[in-house]
Amino acid sequence: MVGKEQEEIEKELSKEYVTLTYADYEEGLKAGKLLGLKCAACGGITCHPMPVCQWCSDRRLEKIELSGEGEVTTFTVIRVASEGFEHDVPYIPCLVKTKEGPCVVGWLDFDAESVSQDVIGKQVKMSGIHTYNGDKFFSGEHVCPVFKITE
Amino acid sequence: MRDVAIIGVGHTKFGRASKTSLELFSEASLQAMDDAGVVGTDIEALFQGAALPGFEEGQVMPAAFSAAELNLGPIPATRYEGACASATVAIRDAAMWVSSGECDMVLAGGVEKALTMGTAFATRTFAMSCHAPTEGPVGLTFPGVFAMAARRYSKEYDIPLDKLREKMAHVSIKNHGHGALNPLAQFYKKMGNLKVEDVVNSMMVADPLTLMDCCPFSDGAAALVLCPAEDAKKYTDDPVYVLGTGQGSGSSLSKMADLTKPVSRIQSAKVAFKHARLEPKDIDILELHDCFTIAELIALECLGFFEWGEAAEATAQGETDIDGKIPTNMSGGLIGKGHPIGATGASQVYWMVKQMRGEAAKGNQIDPVPEYGMTDTLGGDFGTLCHIILGRTKK
Repeated sequence: MVGKEQEEIEKELSKEYVTLTYADYEEGLKAGKLLGLKCAACGGITCHPMPVCQWCSDRRLEKIELSGEGEVTTFTVIRVASEGFEHDVPYIPCLVKTKEGPCVVGWLDFDAESVSQDVIGKQVKMSGIHTYNGDKFFSGEHVCPVFKITE
Repeated sequence: MRDVAIIGVGHTKFGRASKTSLELFSEASLQAMDDAGVVGTDIEALFQGAALPGFEEGQVMPAAFSAAELNLGPIPATRYEGACASATVAIRDAAMWVSSGECDMVLAGGVEKALTMGTAFATRTFAMSCHAPTEGPVGLTFPGVFAMAARRYSKEYDIPLDKLREKMAHVSIKNHGHGALNPLAQFYKKMGNLKVEDVVNSMMVADPLTLMDCCPFSDGAAALVLCPAEDAKKYTDDPVYVLGTGQGSGSSLSKMADLTKPVSRIQSAKVAFKHARLEPKDIDILELHDCFTIAELIALECLGFFEWGEAAEATAQGETDIDGKIPTNMSGGLIGKGHPIGATGASQVYWMVKQMRGEAAKGNQIDPVPEYGMTDTLGGDFGTLCHIILGRTKK
């Protein structure tokens, strides 16, 4: 007799492969927390979340909160925005290497007219979020971290 | 596995097109078929790069309709999407189908109508090949990504940003110079004599990239006919052989180890060189993905033509111009020729074939004709990379 019991198929389906969902990560940001995952195999921190460790691919991951502190590695000032961001220009996307290891992308809270190459290497801390209201292609409210220079 | 040759090429005028994507792709395809001396019934499969047809014309599944438009019959016809590298990925797979023996004659290329969308909407749709969950809410744009790479390059190699901007300007000056000589280019007979000041003082798009550091939005198509190398001489006296290909994939921006050394590109190029059994010193000419001036510098280094951090100065010294060490983007590149994203990879191969036949426009044609050439195409923020090495003789 070939075929599989429905209950068995349902049981297989119930296995969870994602320790920290993106929705939970965004909820964390909204609560002022930068959430990530700590790997039981290599000890590395994954952020933004992925189903596997971003450093060694292991799946034994535990949800943690990062300090939100790090260093600016690069940035730009956007003056020609894509549809949906016209009213935000000029704004400053940046990459921040967190104290815990992974880089995250966000906004830098700084005067766009005076920001210069000197901010690369500066210490920052997550100070809030930017909320994007979405559009017909990416519906719903979405957020990214905002960083402020602390030194 | 069999060796593969390109026996026919076609290319529409790049710029603003009133024709539909289906018409543009048909035009390039029929040129390529005429060039090869083949007819529709000879074509066994179609491979089409098209990145954003759903947004441009409300059209998905354009490959099937392209085959239908050309009356190719019920053959396999597949759309390839790797953002701006779509056509190169399509051509690479087409070459593999021919190489495997599955097909003896195929059509490959790409098409896009990006200019038609207008700047704000086109920028939105292009940004869709950024990592949507993290980079979407940030409002990152492609100029933004490469502006971040430029600032990293300045920091990494300790080149003051204003000096780097001047060196980057030479990419725009060179590529516009050659684009102005290319009758199929979007900027034919335009901006052929730019100066550094024209580039650095033009409108700021994403600091430090100005409008003149950026390629334009474009409409256009290009197509090729491929067959087994052993049959190529039946169709043409000047076949161009596909000697090696490579493809690589990248991550979201935040998971890249180094914006100035994208692993996806380094890996893809390495595989292409290995397949071709060639090294950078063997390559006579490059068509590479200069979506932004800084992008050309990063590409030159990743492919191994210059040491890390040295492509900026080498470009300023003319080493990538027609009489330099490695002539790069003699078609005008994306900056001078235009960048209909789904067609760009096929356009790069088209111009490489033209160079090898000695048929590029005067002022752009290198002399003697190149023996070996390489194309480099980048999709997204280093998300899809694809390389093709071509030669006038089989290895």
